Amino acid sequence: MQYISNTTEDRQAMLKTIGVSSFEDLLKKVPNKLRHFDWKLPKGVSELELLREVVEAGKSNHHFHDFACYLGAGCYDHFIPTVVSQLAHRGEFITSYTPYQGEASQGTLQFIYEYQSMICELTAMDYSNASMYDGASSLAEAALLALRMDGRKKILIPDTVHPEYRQVVRTYLSSIDCEIVAVPMKDLSVDLEKLKSLAGPDVAAIVLQQPNFFGVLEEARQIAEIAKKAGALTIACVNPISLGVIEPPGEYGADIAVGEGQPLGNPVSFGGPHFGFFTVKADLLRKIPGRIAGATVDKQGRRSFVLTLQAREQHIRREKATSNICTNHSLCALKGAIYMSLLGPKGLRRLSLINVKNAHRTRERLLKIKGVQALSDRPFFNEFGLVIEKDQKDLALSLRKNKILGPLALDRFYPQLRSAYLIAVTENRTEGDLDRLVRAVEEA
Amino acid sequence: MSKLLFEKHSRNEAEWLPELGETEAKVLENIPQSLRRKKEARLPSVSELDVVRHFTELSQKNFCVDTHFYPLGSCTMKYNPKALDAIASLSSFSLIHPYQKADDVQGALQVLHDTERWLSEVTGMDEFTLQPAAGAHGEFCGLLIVGAYHRSKKETHKKKVLIPDSSHGTNPASAALAGYEVVQVRTDAKGHVDLADLKAKLDEKTACLMMTNPNTLGLFEEEILEIAQAVHKVDALVYYDGANMNALLGICRPGDMGFDIVHLNLHKTFAVPHGSGGPGSGPVGVKKHLAPFLPTPRIVKSGAHYAFEHDVPLSIGRLRAFYGNFGAIIRSYAYIKALGSEGLKAVSEHAILNANYLRVKLRELYEVPYDGPCMHEFVMAATRQKKKGVRALDIAKRLLDYGVHAPTVYFPLTVEEAMMVEPTETESKETLDAFVEILKKIEEEITRSPQTVLDAPHSTPVGRIDEVRAARHPDLRYHGKQV
Amino acid sequence: MDTSKLRYTETHEWVSLNGNNAVIGVTDHAQKEISDVVFVELPKAGKKVQAKDSVMVVESVKAAFDIYAPMSGTVTKANEKLSGKPELVNQSPLGDGWLYELECSDPSQFDKLLTEAQYKNVSSQAAH
Repeated sequence: MQYISNTTEDRQAMLKTIGVSSFEDLLKKVPNKLRHFDWKLPKGVSELELLREVVEAGKSNHHFHDFACYLGAGCYDHFIPTVVSQLAHRGEFITSYTPYQGEASQGTLQFIYEYQSMICELTAMDYSNASMYDGASSLAEAALLALRMDGRKKILIPDTVHPEYRQVVRTYLSSIDCEIVAVPMKDLSVDLEKLKSLAGPDVAAIVLQQPNFFGVLEEARQIAEIAKKAGALTIACVNPISLGVIEPPGEYGADIAVGEGQPLGNPVSFGGPHFGFFTVKADLLRKIPGRIAGATVDKQGRRSFVLTLQAREQHIRREKATSNICTNHSLCALKGAIYMSLLGPKGLRRLSLINVKNAHRTRERLLKIKGVQALSDRPFFNEFGLVIEKDQKDLALSLRKNKILGPLALDRFYPQLRSAYLIAVTENRTEGDLDRLVRAVEEA
Repeated sequence: MSKLLFEKHSRNEAEWLPELGETEAKVLENIPQSLRRKKEARLPSVSELDVVRHFTELSQKNFCVDTHFYPLGSCTMKYNPKALDAIASLSSFSLIHPYQKADDVQGALQVLHDTERWLSEVTGMDEFTLQPAAGAHGEFCGLLIVGAYHRSKKETHKKKVLIPDSSHGTNPASAALAGYEVVQVRTDAKGHVDLADLKAKLDEKTACLMMTNPNTLGLFEEEILEIAQAVHKVDALVYYDGANMNALLGICRPGDMGFDIVHLNLHKTFAVPHGSGGPGSGPVGVKKHLAPFLPTPRIVKSGAHYAFEHDVPLSIGRLRAFYGNFGAIIRSYAYIKALGSEGLKAVSEHAILNANYLRVKLRELYEVPYDGPCMHEFVMAATRQKKKGVRALDIAKRLLDYGVHAPTVYFPLTVEEAMMVEPTETESKETLDAFVEILKKIEEEITRSPQTVLDAPHSTPVGRIDEVRAARHPDLRYHGKQV
Repeated sequence: MDTSKLRYTETHEWVSLNGNNAVIGVTDHAQKEISDVVFVELPKAGKKVQAKDSVMVVESVKAAFDIYAPMSGTVTKANEKLSGKPELVNQSPLGDGWLYELECSDPSQFDKLLTEAQYKNVSSQAAH
């Protein structure tokens, strides 16, 4: 299948205009040595065959229409209203380019501005950029920002932050002269006493995740106060859906608030593309990475939107840029904006509460099963840990049989947490799903 | 003039969500008072119909490939086949969680594995990672691999990265992020990497040369084999910025040219749509000697079974959570499958044909500083027009009135009044001829009524935007009253 | 301002010296080249610089320009007015658009800088 529009006649006519007798004549500069190679690629197929083959390949995937997903840990099975993908997948959004030519891209620029506004409302922060790749890399960029502030070289990251996020921060900071200090956890949350002892004058930033990797709600305000006392920045990494009922980072003293935007209207899609949101308090505006859309006017005084504060970015500052980011996750942020519009303030609240209700009900029923114990009694949002004293293999088989995906075995990331599992429960989980989950655990 | 959503108000009870089924107070008992949100988030409140109208109206203000010819140099704005969108949206691929057991997602792992294999074939490299989310992310990944490689050989003094002065801005930005000092290499009078200047700047402190081929002027770097040799001689590595890969499919491969590391932009050559700025995907390919340093996890196949390999002891680590932009990757997987080897060859053939055709037809109007056969794009300069008082920027804006998105302007920085034109292979001769006619019309306007061009665009939703005001008085979010 | 008492750099900064205290700004030629200044990244008081170091950055919409130290010393203060009104650099580059003040560690460096006549040569060659 080819998507070429030139006919054979066109091709001939063009070669003639160019003044060559064959296409090969245009490749004289390419060394002959390089022209001969063995290409082991499949033969092309028609669209008919393509769809058939890909659908067939997909059959071996256990997906959410057939299985109830109790996996979370950074991306969640939330319901996405039909309007979101219908609008976001319009050709005018999906096949449009970065809005460098503002007059040809007012649609894109306005949705970015609206997205920025909505995310700031959600997080109670002052400014947002136009999106980044994901929560983990946004967190890493926040750490880089903090390290560039005034010479402090330490970043404190609790063990309760998503393990893959911590890995990403380590990778991003690996060529920088700095130190990442782990803050131990106590009862699945940040050990505040240890944090206090680690928070010295050489600390550039303290990171917290809210809710944390275990779904537990941290004492965010206290952590931010400890940071402030030490003269360090507070970087909060938050779940946007939780902000319907949980205090937003702007209220408890975060200087930078980042997080994974996937729960806002983006499908799980095996881990990507999602989007990272990046918001700051006003005094950090000029240090923000990535694109930003701003409102202004055109020559006739009409309201217009344009990419602004571009002098921070790579195409202007090159090696002195605030980040190397160019392509971002614009379309994912658009889905986020459409989703947030459909939620409205009432929807956000209700969605949050449904998640809290479903998760707490699930935990309640599971705790009644013999062999199941709480991992912590700390407050949580829509995700929690449990100890399930069953043989791991038997449990896995039983869950599969009952068409359940997850829960996540925690010893994958925390070897000391044997027989412990992480369970995420969203508004998509029904009482019927829960019956099957309970049965699966009971029967294992 | 579009109102902001915040400036509209209609009924929104979020009925797409079920009822809570309990009192709020009861559910809130689970959350300690001190952790609860006190002030409501002031999201707009509008009905579903109004949301649909709002975003549909916005979309109608955009230029896009589906509606406009978009010859943006170095962006490869080719047609994005709709079949690819449908495939990415299949439930079997979009409704799967990255932490599901490998046994339950064999289809997804097969897609990742096959894509890695095919990209290796296309580029002549040995192993790939699909983790990076974009080209710049891939560059950062590649440079971290360079560092890890040299450290493994105890060569800790290699602190410099050489980059041509015509390079894309992400190259030096990524190098700086990876802790390197950037040294610029000159472009010679013929538009190529100045080999003499390169050799003079190569020394034992050089870690890597980052470059692209064809270069940002659309010219094939004929001396690439000598360049790679010279770099390897000082124990440095050669990095290929794959932004221009659309020129090379089936013609030659970066791996054969001597490149050690390659990144590709799936949202350019491999037909993933640009999505108004993203998401894309920036896979990185390496030669065998660098494979141990690739990000973790790797995808492995034993027999007919696919799995993740998390034990990668020399890995540079992770650049993001999970495995990559799967939704973008599967589109490229399907694209390669649909085109096959013959189709991919045709891509570059027609990309080069279309670019040369335009070059030859436009050189009577515009100065083409490097006028010999080009690859998939070429640079012309609006220097003659500047003498008449009209600049590349003005021409770009006037093109919008004629329903064509402007080419890339003022890049590369080494050409004055640069306009970089990349038609791509999916455009027809008819479209290209129409483009030439439009530029001829604009040329007449420049001579007879230059103000029309200087004041352009006239027919877009807004005219020339006051960017100075936007930067001096940043207005970056809605601050007004809740309507 | 008596421009003949100023000294200049090849990178288009002007310096006015009073004892050990230098006031530094960019020339009219520079502000024309920069075009509309949209933001000025002011240096912090106490910042130590060597001659030819980049001290601060002036931004236009499409570019960022490093401003270099003509002499070595310590930054004593920056023109805070530019935070709210960056356009002063364009409107009055030698007056209200001054950038920062420096306590010089070696005032003799002043004499090695370009005189007004020498700078006029440099800037006329640079103009194209």
